[in-house]
Amino acid sequence: MKINCKAEITKIEQLNKDTYKYSIKADEIVKQARAGQFIEIRVVDNIEPLLRRPISIYNLDKQNGILEFIFQVKGKGTTLLAERKVGEKLDIVGPLGYGTFSIKEYKNVAIIGGGIGTFPLYELAKELKEQTSTNIHIYIGFRNKELITLEEEFKSVSNELTITTDDGSYGIQGFAINELKKDCEKQQPDKIFACGPLPMLKAVQSYANENNIPCEISLEQKMACGIGACLGCAVKTAKSPSDAPEYWHVCKAGPVFNAKDVEI
Amino acid sequence: MNTSVNLAGIKMKNPVTVASGTFGYGREFEEFIDLNKLGGICTKGTSLKPKAGNKPPRVYETPAGMLNAIGLQNPGVEYFMNNDLPYLKKFNTAIIVNACGSTIEDYVELAKVLNTLDIDGVELNLSCPNVKAGCLAFGTTYEGVKEVTSQVRKVLDKPLIVKLTPNVTDITAPAMGAQDAGADGVSLINTLLGMSIDIHTRRPHLANNTGGLSGPCVKPVGVRMVYQVSQKVNIPILGLGGIVTGEDAVEYMLAGASAISVGTGNFIAPDTAIKVVEGIENYMKKYNIEDINEIVGTVQMN
Repeated sequence: MKINCKAEITKIEQLNKDTYKYSIKADEIVKQARAGQFIEIRVVDNIEPLLRRPISIYNLDKQNGILEFIFQVKGKGTTLLAERKVGEKLDIVGPLGYGTFSIKEYKNVAIIGGGIGTFPLYELAKELKEQTSTNIHIYIGFRNKELITLEEEFKSVSNELTITTDDGSYGIQGFAINELKKDCEKQQPDKIFACGPLPMLKAVQSYANENNIPCEISLEQKMACGIGACLGCAVKTAKSPSDAPEYWHVCKAGPVFNAKDVEI
Repeated sequence: MNTSVNLAGIKMKNPVTVASGTFGYGREFEEFIDLNKLGGICTKGTSLKPKAGNKPPRVYETPAGMLNAIGLQNPGVEYFMNNDLPYLKKFNTAIIVNACGSTIEDYVELAKVLNTLDIDGVELNLSCPNVKAGCLAFGTTYEGVKEVTSQVRKVLDKPLIVKLTPNVTDITAPAMGAQDAGADGVSLINTLLGMSIDIHTRRPHLANNTGGLSGPCVKPVGVRMVYQVSQKVNIPILGLGGIVTGEDAVEYMLAGASAISVGTGNFIAPDTAIKVVEGIENYMKKYNIEDINEIVGTVQMN
């Protein structure tokens, strides 16, 4: 059951220049939320900016009813969101999305994230770690050292953590996908999970599909309502031909999709 | 205090409906609000056959508004009658099916089907700016609107409301076309055709390039057009465009709307329409208005 509520901001952490982690008290949403879901945040109680901002869940503290999300200041919405203070209440709708990460027993999983897309993978890894005996290898890629954050947290929910930077200022120079591919050649994982920029997702999707590795990818699309009414956040299904496309929606069928099901 | 209205033969407990394309077929909102509290629901634009809709990105936020180019994605009337209509019938609210097509024949065939269904009325969509054929092709002229509406009127006994586009020089012309063809009412405004460009890629934000502008930014245009149409036609008006509060709704009613629709407001908060109902009641209390129908068209021009 989706809920629209006012959730108090209990903690704000600035992770780096433009990235913030907010903790909010939202018992009812936290109780139901699953890894991979998101919430829609009304950054100010005003008609400007008009629409809510869809932001993925980073961490669910089920015991204390705390939901944590991480966002990067990019435009007017996130700028206003970054100005909010501890103790204020955020108008949120959630938990949203029906397509979530599949938490079950695996042998080896590879979890790959890029940039801000890394953070929605934390709850997934955490739940896999807590609930299964899966061997978890996390790959995260950032542009440079300044953007790397929460390394210890990701380390704590994985058996192995590989960090790459585009400029080589930290970890291995290059893209995270290249490291994942190298390791896969030695030992193929029985599942890949991915979230991040579109070029990375495309690379992961085609690699997984070509090598027949089950893969789940978390997608973004411009979105208005977040609850399946506006039909804005369309994504083309893989099986539909380009001259007769069929569309699913990120907020309804997703945001997590089987990599074989969608064309991105 | 009476809030009930009769819009073009459609009896509603209050003048608040939700606009086509912003509320699906109601299901998405059931978790948040009591649908029984709505005067009516204008369904997602529904065509004879299913429509896939446009390529994404389909929506883009603009100052106090948004652009959309969904492209009338819908499951088709057969799916609607088997799946969504039985669901909607559980609620005590008027069901107004927004009907769209590409050709006059489409509209007529669709109207024949709709005539057999247990619905309260039909909103003939002659104003979607985001599909290549139909809709707008008929909707911008007196003759075009009159032609489609007359053909539909011949096969439809239910209340018929024609939804008009604001993308014209004089909206009273298509409104008169609807009236002269026997429509029971008109609804306005649909979205204003707009465009937004990503200055970094030098390409439009929407895959469709252009899209329909909606939200609070269009409200003054809607209010002006409702007023103009109310001065010309005798049939009732369903007013919409940027309504997010009870005050907005009252403004439209003063301009001449007998009922209103909340559209993009449903995306801001799922309970916007309910808040609008409450806002109208508060206005009535404040000014000791016994019957909401009293205020329709009572604006006094300077």
